[in-house]
Amino acid sequence: MLRCEQLTKRFNVGTPDETTLFDGFSFTAEQGDFVSIIGSNGSGKTTLLNLICGTTAPDGGKILFGGRDITRLSEHKRAARIGRVFQDPQKGTCSTLTILENMALADNKQGVYGLTGAVNKKRVDLYRTLLEECGMGLENRMNTLAGSLSGGQRQALALVIANMTDVELLILDEHTAALDPKSSETVMRLTDKLVGEKRITTLMVTHNLRFALEYGNRLLMLHMGRSVMDLRGEEKGKARMEDILRTFNEISIECGN
Amino acid sequence: MEIALNLIKAALEQGFAYGVLALGVYITYSILDFPDLSVDGTVPLGATVSAVLIIQGVNPWLSCLFAFLAGAAAGCVTGLLHVKLRIRPLLCGILVMTALLSVNLVLMMKGTGGLSIASLFHAPTIVDEFPAGLIPEKVGGYALRTLAVLLVLAVVCKLLLDGYLKTRSGLLLRATGSNEQFVTMLARNPGVSKILGLAIGNGFAALAGAALAQKNGSADLQMGQGMVVIGLASVIIGTSVFRGVRRMKDTTRVLLGALIYAACLQVALAFGLPTAYLKLLMAALFVLALVSTNLLDGGLRKTAKGGR
Repeated sequence: MLRCEQLTKRFNVGTPDETTLFDGFSFTAEQGDFVSIIGSNGSGKTTLLNLICGTTAPDGGKILFGGRDITRLSEHKRAARIGRVFQDPQKGTCSTLTILENMALADNKQGVYGLTGAVNKKRVDLYRTLLEECGMGLENRMNTLAGSLSGGQRQALALVIANMTDVELLILDEHTAALDPKSSETVMRLTDKLVGEKRITTLMVTHNLRFALEYGNRLLMLHMGRSVMDLRGEEKGKARMEDILRTFNEISIECGN
Repeated sequence: MEIALNLIKAALEQGFAYGVLALGVYITYSILDFPDLSVDGTVPLGATVSAVLIIQGVNPWLSCLFAFLAGAAAGCVTGLLHVKLRIRPLLCGILVMTALLSVNLVLMMKGTGGLSIASLFHAPTIVDEFPAGLIPEKVGGYALRTLAVLLVLAVVCKLLLDGYLKTRSGLLLRATGSNEQFVTMLARNPGVSKILGLAIGNGFAALAGAALAQKNGSADLQMGQGMVVIGLASVIIGTSVFRGVRRMKDTTRVLLGALIYAACLQVALAFGLPTAYLKLLMAALFVLALVSTNLLDGGLRKTAKGGR
């Protein structure tokens, strides 16, 4: 489904600060995998997502998506088949548009942005149903500007929007990190529900070890651009928080954190 | 009394022409968040294209359409400089404005046989040709054709823009100005949206130039000076003065802002301000508009921070 082959990524090339993050990193996600990615700061979690989404280009290696080489494809073209939710709740929706307008725009992702009216009245009921599933009462505030919603509400809306069209890959970039404990719990449960319903292949970067352990069928721990732990299926089911914490502490001590 | 009425008429005529320009600046400045200086060049471009075409015998309304297209093309260049060559918005505007100085001069010289001004005094214009010709030349002693035509032009432009902003393409444009990443995730290139917005904005600016030239009876190469300030000031005055008015569209606010701005200029001139000081006054009014919004904001912020 998704394959990264021998990825290389360097930063500050040509300056004394040149660093190599990934050096021949390979990673494969199967159809329907829900992978939680953890690791300390600077371990390459977000960079990996950026490479897959096309936000940054790799210095070497290949990225294959559904059998197609997308290494040189621009970010917006890849986005046709990828949904993404960011850490910053401001990024996933458009604050100057209403909830309804945000959803209408996203609904048209596969279509043409021409001179037809933006909001198709026949689809409003569907939008309402999607919002009801969030359980936040957003369905009654469709004409509210997205900018006036709370962080948790915006993130829930961003999740719904990212899943509106049939994306094949969902990228969650610390999408609960900016939320209070209760909201992040709600958003995480909503995530699990949406992903479970459609069996979308999902990569979720998180700093919350409990979420990483509780959700998804695979757990990947990155450290300095390498995978130091990769638990799948049953193996992941059996894993306990202490084991993960121990490995996590070992790598943290190693780099002086 | 008569002086006052004439003053109001002059202010409204000027204001509606500026209104079209302000709508263009509203698109680039407010919607796209792109401070676009190219309008200083696209206004005279529109004026020149329209005047030269009229002199060559083209229908004045058709000449306005060509002026719009010429402005849109210039806006595309501004956009391409920014999107493809990654030049900063302010520099893109300066580059296009400077390049247009030559373009306008060449167009003017070719079109008029070597003159630097295109006179329309004996040529048909939108303010006296069909359908304006249907309005009697004088209504109660006042010549209202110009006012009527410019009013209709500004209102039609506003309605078209309102309609456009509700379409899918228009909504994508609004999204581009507020969240580029969102547009990227909709599998669209935000750069294309930006170029489109700059094209429409500068199209309006050029259309305003065409209207100004036909209203004044001539197009000259100096008429672009200060157009950025006029457009920006109208947008800022309109959106700050009328922001308390609910259910009023931004485009309406912007048009009213242009009317207020034009009225201030006309009043100052009527009170005997020498025309040489006009641009100084324009800048001063702009500062006033900016400061007044800041004061309003500042007042709110103080209470929010506990009267610090």
